[in-house]
Amino acid sequence: MDLDTLYREERPRALATLIRLLGDFDVAEEALQEAFAAALEQWPAGGVPRNPRAWLVSAARYKAIDRLRREKNLAAKQAEIAYLSETAVPAPGLAEEPFTDDLMRLIFTCCHPALALEAQVALTLKTLCGLSVDEIARAFLVPPATMAQRLVRAKAKIRGARIPYEVPGSDRLAERLDGVLRVVYLVFNEGYAATSGDALVRRDLCREGMRLARLLRGLFPDASEVAGLLALILLHDSRRAARLDERGDLVTLEDQDRSQWDPGQIAEGQALAEAALRRGGAGFYALQAAIAALHAQAARAGETDWPQIAALYALLLRLHPSPVVALNHAAAVAMGERLDRGLRLIERLEADGELQSYHLLPAAKADILRRLGRRAEAAAAYERALQLVTHDAERRYLERRLREVRSAP
Amino acid sequence: MKYLLLIYEKEADWAAIPEAEKGKIFQEYMDYSKGIRKSGNYIGGEALQPVSTATTVRVKNGKTLTTDGPFAETREQLGGFYLVEAKDLDEAIRLAKGIPSARTGSIEVRPIMPTPPVE
Repeated sequence: MDLDTLYREERPRALATLIRLLGDFDVAEEALQEAFAAALEQWPAGGVPRNPRAWLVSAARYKAIDRLRREKNLAAKQAEIAYLSETAVPAPGLAEEPFTDDLMRLIFTCCHPALALEAQVALTLKTLCGLSVDEIARAFLVPPATMAQRLVRAKAKIRGARIPYEVPGSDRLAERLDGVLRVVYLVFNEGYAATSGDALVRRDLCREGMRLARLLRGLFPDASEVAGLLALILLHDSRRAARLDERGDLVTLEDQDRSQWDPGQIAEGQALAEAALRRGGAGFYALQAAIAALHAQAARAGETDWPQIAALYALLLRLHPSPVVALNHAAAVAMGERLDRGLRLIERLEADGELQSYHLLPAAKADILRRLGRRAEAAAAYERALQLVTHDAERRYLERRLREVRSAP
Repeated sequence: MKYLLLIYEKEADWAAIPEAEKGKIFQEYMDYSKGIRKSGNYIGGEALQPVSTATTVRVKNGKTLTTDGPFAETREQLGGFYLVEAKDLDEAIRLAKGIPSARTGSIEVRPIMPTPPVE
């Protein structure tokens, strides 16, 4: 294993422990960076220590103490230095446990509900994933200065309002874990479904989202929703190569070249989704993963088990009512039961008016009308969708469909 | 660490509540106050008279400007506060959650800035 890969793996736990020992995010991050720089000098010649993480933590802690000593008001820092010298560093060769506990503390602190959601996401990418401010700013299409400010404010709130560096008690754990899952899902989804931005950066976000989901899966092996989230991410990501054509245009699930789907990720995702459903307590993520697993199972689009998918969407709609879930349910009903029943459900959603500016509503309606052979109405619905769409690849897809229904004999 | 829990309510809503219901909410506040005194979190707390009794004072160029009413018209009005001692924000949030008005209005949790003692 090369040193960069090693560092990437050890970094989250080492940093989490350092933040506890040093009591400050910035001091811990800087000290760990210095320790890694030292490692890059020493390890190639002297060999990698038996427990590189403990080495990094211990080296970083000394770097932090050194830095405090160098600073001018030494007297004021004496107490702090004494405290730092005494606080317990996990000894090399010790069990994983103390590091794992610290990692959980860090995750729950980054995803604390008292922080704005966008700050939670930024802090998670910065501390847990080790992305630079510039990288995060590019991913979210904001100027680097804005992103830096967002991180400074979040850290200042953690300090100022005293957000605890703690794993929440069992009475709040489920609720707080939901918040963590939402952040991880957002990270992945920002990369997967981003409406614009740099393709490379978006890939990074997908990869980080998957890494975070795996990390959580290791920490909470008994939580159905954690398994569900990892399954969902694996299954969606398994289609990445087939999702866009060579021009970068979106290819619908129906038209994707299924031989390009990643069979390894599908197998892992399916197993996790099944396990999550069997264990019970399947919610938002596990149900969506089960739906994605059914899509993945079909060797051809025509073999998709739409009735089962419609049933899962109905369940999801009951647990998490939202117009977008209702739209997906309607589309699945159209495919699985009868086109006109799906159409009626979509028309009811249209009447509700909640999805007025959501392009996928007229797009789904157009799709059903096209299948029903009602071409003039389909064309009108595609035109409506085109007025609302923002993503270029989606726009080209809708334009192609519009040409089809207009030109068909 | 000290936190100020600021209680915001729509005064108009409060005025519309029947007397019997008000009595019940008052009793809930009494119970809540008693509870946080017992747990040692309570430092202080008061209910405020309605904003119609408020006066805003500013000093500009040495001149006192006095205006009727609160500094800003908001959807919800400050109706009272508790000053509490809590170990961290999570405990302060737990205390805020217990305030009866959290169900009908909102509670702003503000950490108190640590200041050196006055000599």
